Amino acid sequence: MRNLYEMNNTVVKIENAVVSYREDVALRDVSLEVKRGEFVGVIGPNGAGKTTLITLINGLGKLVQGRVWVLGHSIRKGSVNGIRKRVGYVAQLQNIDPRMPISVEEVAMIGRYSQLGTFRRPGKADRDIVDEMIELVGMSHLAKRPIGHLSGGEQQRVAIARALAQEPEMLLLDEPTASLDWRAQKEIMELVKKVHETRNLTTLFVTHDLNALPDTCDRLVLMKAGRIWQQGTAEEMLQQDILSQLYDAPITTREHEGRKIFLKAG
Amino acid sequence: MDLSIFGYQFMQNAILAAFLGGVACATVGVFVVLMGISFIGVCLAHAAFAGAILGVLLGFNPLLGAFIFSLGTAAIIGPLATRGELNLDTSIGVLFSLMLGLAFILMGLMSGPKTQMLSLLWGSILTVSKTDLILLGVVAAIVVGLVTLFYKEIQAVLFNRDIALAVGIPAGLIIYGILFLTGSTITVSLSPIGGLLIFSLIINPAAAAYQLTYSLKKMFLLAAIFGIVSGWIGLLASYLFNVPSGAAIIVASSLIFGLAALFSPKRKIKRWQVRDEPSRVFQSTGK
Repeated sequence: MRNLYEMNNTVVKIENAVVSYREDVALRDVSLEVKRGEFVGVIGPNGAGKTTLITLINGLGKLVQGRVWVLGHSIRKGSVNGIRKRVGYVAQLQNIDPRMPISVEEVAMIGRYSQLGTFRRPGKADRDIVDEMIELVGMSHLAKRPIGHLSGGEQQRVAIARALAQEPEMLLLDEPTASLDWRAQKEIMELVKKVHETRNLTTLFVTHDLNALPDTCDRLVLMKAGRIWQQGTAEEMLQQDILSQLYDAPITTREHEGRKIFLKAG
Repeated sequence: MDLSIFGYQFMQNAILAAFLGGVACATVGVFVVLMGISFIGVCLAHAAFAGAILGVLLGFNPLLGAFIFSLGTAAIIGPLATRGELNLDTSIGVLFSLMLGLAFILMGLMSGPKTQMLSLLWGSILTVSKTDLILLGVVAAIVVGLVTLFYKEIQAVLFNRDIALAVGIPAGLIIYGILFLTGSTITVSLSPIGGLLIFSLIINPAAAAYQLTYSLKKMFLLAAIFGIVSGWIGLLASYLFNVPSGAAIIVASSLIFGLAALFSPKRKIKRWQVRDEPSRVFQSTGK
């Protein structure tokens, strides 16, 4: 696999993966390849297995069957910590206690911990990287504030800064814009687009909300009932009939200011 | 005020025990408060209590029994929660009731007076033994040492377990470590501080510190100071007003919490935000 990784620039290769939680099968026979530098959008209804797919890549999921390689390494139990350090992960907005004693810059510093290893404390170089990332996401003015005092959109920006402070090769975003308002949603999408381009990342962006999908996706993976149902370019996939089938609900698309928007019809 | 009492060995030992117990319990308390598992104090104290009774009953060192039971219980809390798909607090509740039941069954099997056993619930800081002091000192040093050594891992896990895992921190191991430290602290505090008192010495100083700071480092530091001060004020009050020392320490730590809650800057910020809200709305619509 290492050779394949070096030759083809394949950063993720999933072969016939099966994941199950209790009686439910979350992923059924899923195979997927992601190339270096790709921006892949993963869409589908709730419960389709999108999050499970992401957890498989950062080693948080439990594989029952099949094989997974990430950045040239086979993911097996106990060997995933090394991979996690190279993969940035942004989950959906967390419910943070406003009194939580941790500041914005300390949260971003958690990303550096991945590179530091045990017993080593963050030094000036780490602080510089954290400052740079906080600035990149536009949160410098709030760096000293307790994280719980920030708005949802601001907290997600900090989560992105934290993931970037890891200096990852890959960025996994799991519904990063869920429960954010319109403006925050748009800003996060633009930020993700920007960091993907400027930091040479391979990005996987999971969302159930078609309107929260950045328009830079090179490829769309459509998931339904634990399987990859279809995949292709955004142009090919974002069609009314395909999407209506995917979500089992009539969906209409409209063009607005050069961007496709999606409406629930009927 | 005649303070000559502080010249006596037993009083000096009590002052030292309050210092060491205060530091260890308050440090552990920061985990307990931030993880929202306040019940763990009583749960592990009763486990240690049951273990100590078993030791007396079967003729081995009660302290050994207390260690085995409280660390054993601390080790089961996590897996029980995972297997039963319960939250940690429910798992702690189940084990607490089991340990309470066990303790009373074992006590029922004992013949003769049980005052020695019951004194473990109330503690006896004024008659603390040298062994108690040494053990308390060792555990306090281990607790403070490990928190210093693994500060960044602990901070990440307390913030968010999944995020800690995602950056490659073995979150499960850190949580077991935290539970292990809690169990050890409670066990060595059982005899000098008492199973019931320990609950307040774990929760109150950390909860008071939580009112006053947004920095985890300061929270650890303030909690330790409050823990020590509670113990010392309690001892002094117990001498001056001739009241039981354990109870006086509980009241002192509760008073410190009350004051901290009253003067908490966190509440002030809330009020300030509410007051400031209309102007912010006005600004944004005015643009």
